[in-house]
Amino acid sequence: MSNKSTVSNQVMWNRLISVVEEQAQALVRTAFSTSVREAGDLSAGVYDVKGRMLAQAVTGTPGHVNAMAESVGHFIRRIGSQNMFEGDVYITNDPWEGTGHLHDITVVTPSFHLGKHVGFFACTAHIVDIGGRGFGADANSVYEEGLYIPIMKFADRGEVDKTLVKIIRGNVREPDQLVGDVYALATCNQVGHRRLIDMMVEFKLVDLVDIAEFILENSRRATIERIAALPRQSASGSMTIDGYDTPIDLKVKVTIHADRIVCDFTGTSGLDKKGINVPLVYTKAYACYALKCAIAPEIPNNAASLAPFEVEAPVNSIVNAVHPAPVALRHVIGHFIPDTVYDALDKILPNTVPVEGAGCLCNFQVSLRPRTDAPAPKSAVRSEVLTFNSGGAGARPSSDGLNATAFPSGVMTMPIEATENAGPVIIWRKELRPDSGGAGKYRGGLGQFMEVGAVDGHEFDFQAMFDRVDHPARGRQGGAPGAATTIKRSDDEKMKGKGKQFVPHGRRVMLAFPGGAGFGSSKDRDPVLVKRDLARGYISAAVAVRDYGLKQTEVDAVLTAVRMGEAL
Amino acid sequence: MNLIAARLGVDIGGTFTDVVLELGDKQYSAKVLTTYAAPENAIIDGMHQVCAKAAIKTSAITQIIHGTTLATNALIERRGAKTALVTTQGFRDVIEMRTESRFEQYDLNLALPEPLLPRQCRYVLNERIGAKGDVLIALQRADIEALAEELRVAGYQSIAVGLIHSYANDAHEKLVREVLEKKLPGVMISLSSEVSPQMREYERFNTVVANAFIKPLMKSYLGRLAGQLKVEGADCPIFLMHSGGGIISIENAADFPVRLVESGPAGGAVFAANIAARYGLDKVLSFDMGGTTAKICLIKNQTPKTSRVFEVARTYRFKKGSGMPISIPVIDMVEIGAGGGSLASVDAMRQIRVGPHSAGSEPGPACYGRGGTKPAVTDADLVLGRLDADNFAGGSIKLDAAASRGALATHIGTTLQLDDQTAAFGVAEVVDENMANAARVHAVENGEDLSGYTMIAFGGAAPLHAGRLCEKLGVARCLVPPGAGVGSAIGFLRAPFSFEANRSVYMRLSDFDAKKITTLLSELESEAVRFVRSCDATAAILPEFKVYMRYSGQGWEIPVALTAEQAMKPEVQVFQSLFEADYEKLFGRVVSGMDVEITVWAVNATTPPQKVTRIAERQLESKMAMEARRQIFDPALAQQVDAGVVERSLLKTGQGLVGPAVITEDETTIIVPSSRQIVRQDDGCIDMTLKA
Repeated sequence: MSNKSTVSNQVMWNRLISVVEEQAQALVRTAFSTSVREAGDLSAGVYDVKGRMLAQAVTGTPGHVNAMAESVGHFIRRIGSQNMFEGDVYITNDPWEGTGHLHDITVVTPSFHLGKHVGFFACTAHIVDIGGRGFGADANSVYEEGLYIPIMKFADRGEVDKTLVKIIRGNVREPDQLVGDVYALATCNQVGHRRLIDMMVEFKLVDLVDIAEFILENSRRATIERIAALPRQSASGSMTIDGYDTPIDLKVKVTIHADRIVCDFTGTSGLDKKGINVPLVYTKAYACYALKCAIAPEIPNNAASLAPFEVEAPVNSIVNAVHPAPVALRHVIGHFIPDTVYDALDKILPNTVPVEGAGCLCNFQVSLRPRTDAPAPKSAVRSEVLTFNSGGAGARPSSDGLNATAFPSGVMTMPIEATENAGPVIIWRKELRPDSGGAGKYRGGLGQFMEVGAVDGHEFDFQAMFDRVDHPARGRQGGAPGAATTIKRSDDEKMKGKGKQFVPHGRRVMLAFPGGAGFGSSKDRDPVLVKRDLARGYISAAVAVRDYGLKQTEVDAVLTAVRMGEAL
Repeated sequence: MNLIAARLGVDIGGTFTDVVLELGDKQYSAKVLTTYAAPENAIIDGMHQVCAKAAIKTSAITQIIHGTTLATNALIERRGAKTALVTTQGFRDVIEMRTESRFEQYDLNLALPEPLLPRQCRYVLNERIGAKGDVLIALQRADIEALAEELRVAGYQSIAVGLIHSYANDAHEKLVREVLEKKLPGVMISLSSEVSPQMREYERFNTVVANAFIKPLMKSYLGRLAGQLKVEGADCPIFLMHSGGGIISIENAADFPVRLVESGPAGGAVFAANIAARYGLDKVLSFDMGGTTAKICLIKNQTPKTSRVFEVARTYRFKKGSGMPISIPVIDMVEIGAGGGSLASVDAMRQIRVGPHSAGSEPGPACYGRGGTKPAVTDADLVLGRLDADNFAGGSIKLDAAASRGALATHIGTTLQLDDQTAAFGVAEVVDENMANAARVHAVENGEDLSGYTMIAFGGAAPLHAGRLCEKLGVARCLVPPGAGVGSAIGFLRAPFSFEANRSVYMRLSDFDAKKITTLLSELESEAVRFVRSCDATAAILPEFKVYMRYSGQGWEIPVALTAEQAMKPEVQVFQSLFEADYEKLFGRVVSGMDVEITVWAVNATTPPQKVTRIAERQLESKMAMEARRQIFDPALAQQVDAGVVERSLLKTGQGLVGPAVITEDETTIIVPSSRQIVRQDDGCIDMTLKA
């Protein structure tokens, strides 16, 4: 390869990463579902004709990483290259050939240049409703979870399949929104396609063969160099979490070979009766994400940089659920996979990875309606409100865990002012939860308190999707566990961590989301940080004394300084 | 009595303070090192320099327009007053919890930026306003009085008040101020419902906190400045450039200093907009490239694009989400870490990376010979023949080409097995590609296609890279104005008096309430006009009406401009069709059957733009004889070419030349690629177009 083409290949690789970013931004701006536009639950990428992913947008969430990378291969196999034409748009929400549940719609568009098929664009978005029982864990099989769209053409040579659109419209609760989102997905692929063709014209390319080789070869080499530098060992990790009715054991054996890393989930619990099972694509996505963060964080995602991370799991274990297992809330289990992998990896690469954190997002959906126990005011309405929230992240080997910040998920929370404008819900409290971060040399991130009620005249169903009620995050090297999730009603009525529960008029749900665990012994914590935490109220005076050994006189000095407005 | 207006534009930047005096149609400029401890000193120094050049007394100055990075820097460096936040019980940590997400997903050791105020400086009151502005929990005066005592003991100088849903009902915030003013005389108070009356508590609270944090500092600075200028004889009105591209009175600036953030770059955009007007250009991309960053802004119909929120003080490679959001009317630009001093390296994928780390002025690029060993963009430019080693910055710094080659070889060439020149080519291509990508994404976000655009390039490094950037973006024309080195300060002198008032109020088109709209927009109009009137007692003031609309259920609003008549006699069909037209333009199609809602209402009051004389555009009439020739590297051809070299000051109007060529001047160098030609226009602009 000549000197000069090295430079143009470098420029083109840069360009492709920018192209998929434009593609993702277009989706964020045109999507209707809150999960996409506010929370960023999406992904976008460009592929060669063989279905190998060349670049993936940075905007998006890790849950789609590997899943979407593999998905285009399924489209090629199902539709057949000979049946692909300019103007085509393909679609699916197959949990096993897409990204893990019916609520993720994947749209793939072939790119043609000068009459020749040169590649694909694909994107995925989490939509709020797909019919069935609604978003929750209550289904007994995937058939109850909503409409299933097998891999098929949404548009054939520019002609949208009107029958399919009618079927979609007839099966979901918010048809305008969903069809709007499908169009948004198609539009964003189109944006990517236009930019790709601009680039091909500029660099006088007729296909992507050479640039694909350049990207994949450099990525493969860089990733394998990183892996080769690791000790060739294997280690096991495990974690127990709440599950739906019975606790679930996640087990993994991580083995580092010369040129690949294998995660084997043998020993993990079997399928659950409820919809918290995980298709293997989603397990792969999060296992791979965890390894990439620890080993090769700056290498962009593509087919070659992902390939050396291999994931195996016994069929019909909870992390390799096959059809027709219910999978709607696969994220509740899936979000714990990185911490499980890290439990093993820490034994091979000590002082590299974080300790356990809150894990899954602390999401809930509120279904509001006019009160039924007494006459409701005329202004009372029905409304569905979904919110995304985070507990604390685990401490790192050289820094505290992040307070109320999602890990491993990449989604954002919504402003409560926006949530309260979306429906008659009132968020009475949303703030950090002191003393919830596990004590340690480095403290776990704090969880948060929330209090949720309804506008006067309404009652509601509360769909809980929480874990870590009975299994708080565990510390490492002497670090203490994070605080557990708690949930109850304002009248002290008990509530469960998962499932739909009724909340009568005038009552609120009182939530405390879990904290991350600590790293190292709390006795080794820098006293300056202990005093800072006390001044800020991250820890109470009692914890400062009990866990960190601060003397009462020191506590008094800190609290006085705070009162007097002195800087600490 | 001096009848000619003598106006002084002053821009305090990170390194230099630029002063421009405009006397009739003549301009005199000075660049003085910024004096951080007392920024007014550099202004005084620069003012005396330009007055001496123009041979006028300081007392002859009739008006001073000032813009500054001091507010931005105070936020970046966290140098502010002892400040407290008073907020709603249950929401003490809004500015700390941010969006609860990580802006960089693959960094396990990610550090989030600390909030401006630590938790112990955030106090709560038991009160609550609902989403519709209804009072859910009434605020008790006694609670505020008790809190005032706590705040007094702790000795705060400045207090921010941010209560939930205060944009919908500001009564509680006002009550807090009333009581605190009484109990804590001398303490400055900022209300979120005044500083930024917009929905989304994180942005609003952060904005009011930022305002309170820098208020004492800015108030004292502005007071000192006014006093000093008076002492030095310049007893004239002083106005401040704001981030939205207009000017406000020094009193308003002292009350809302957060509106001064990014006023320097805003001046640059106004500068470019003024040139756009001179040439009658409706689609302009301004490109400002300095030592550390490049800024790109879209200017349509001679008006810079504005936005309602932006991020300041990004802490992580200029990454979105790593700074703090400020929601104020602002000129919308992208800023990336790409400047002459940006450093290049090779990463694990053997890809060349440039920036965002910069060599700054110390040690500077390797070629400065001040101890820098890493290759910067300037080193690549030197090796590619774009800079003259003996004649850089008017000959004040002698560049060391061997040092550039050495740095490029060590950090790029050896690893990638590239010769020095190809390594330099790679670095230049990557930085140009980075800027082109930023411009493309920005255009897409605004539904624009850059191919019909004209670039206006200014800032020290821009003319070196503008030609290549045009090639990459498919932009056919580029103007390089004179005075490019002090563009922002000149821009201040072109800015109108303006103030934007806005408010979040939800309204669905299915609940369209014409009377409510008229009332709301009239209120906003009189508020905005009041601010402008305080600057100019007689000028005509034009209101510009804008609403932010979206389909119900979407999260992104798009701005929709209304005429005065559409605003004062609102009709639902008109709103609907204006929205659909804009939406289709942005995203390619409308979505039928969805309800549309309005979220934010805005009125910008502005004095009319300065009269601009359209210049008669010249074609290339005569070709300039080349004084010298040198080899430069043309990236589009990927080879060395033999280029003519001329001095800019020798080019006469209507004269020009055909690329490849190099045009030199003290402040910068203009590179004309092989694909372009240039002509000097009447106003001194170098007009670069595709070769005939």
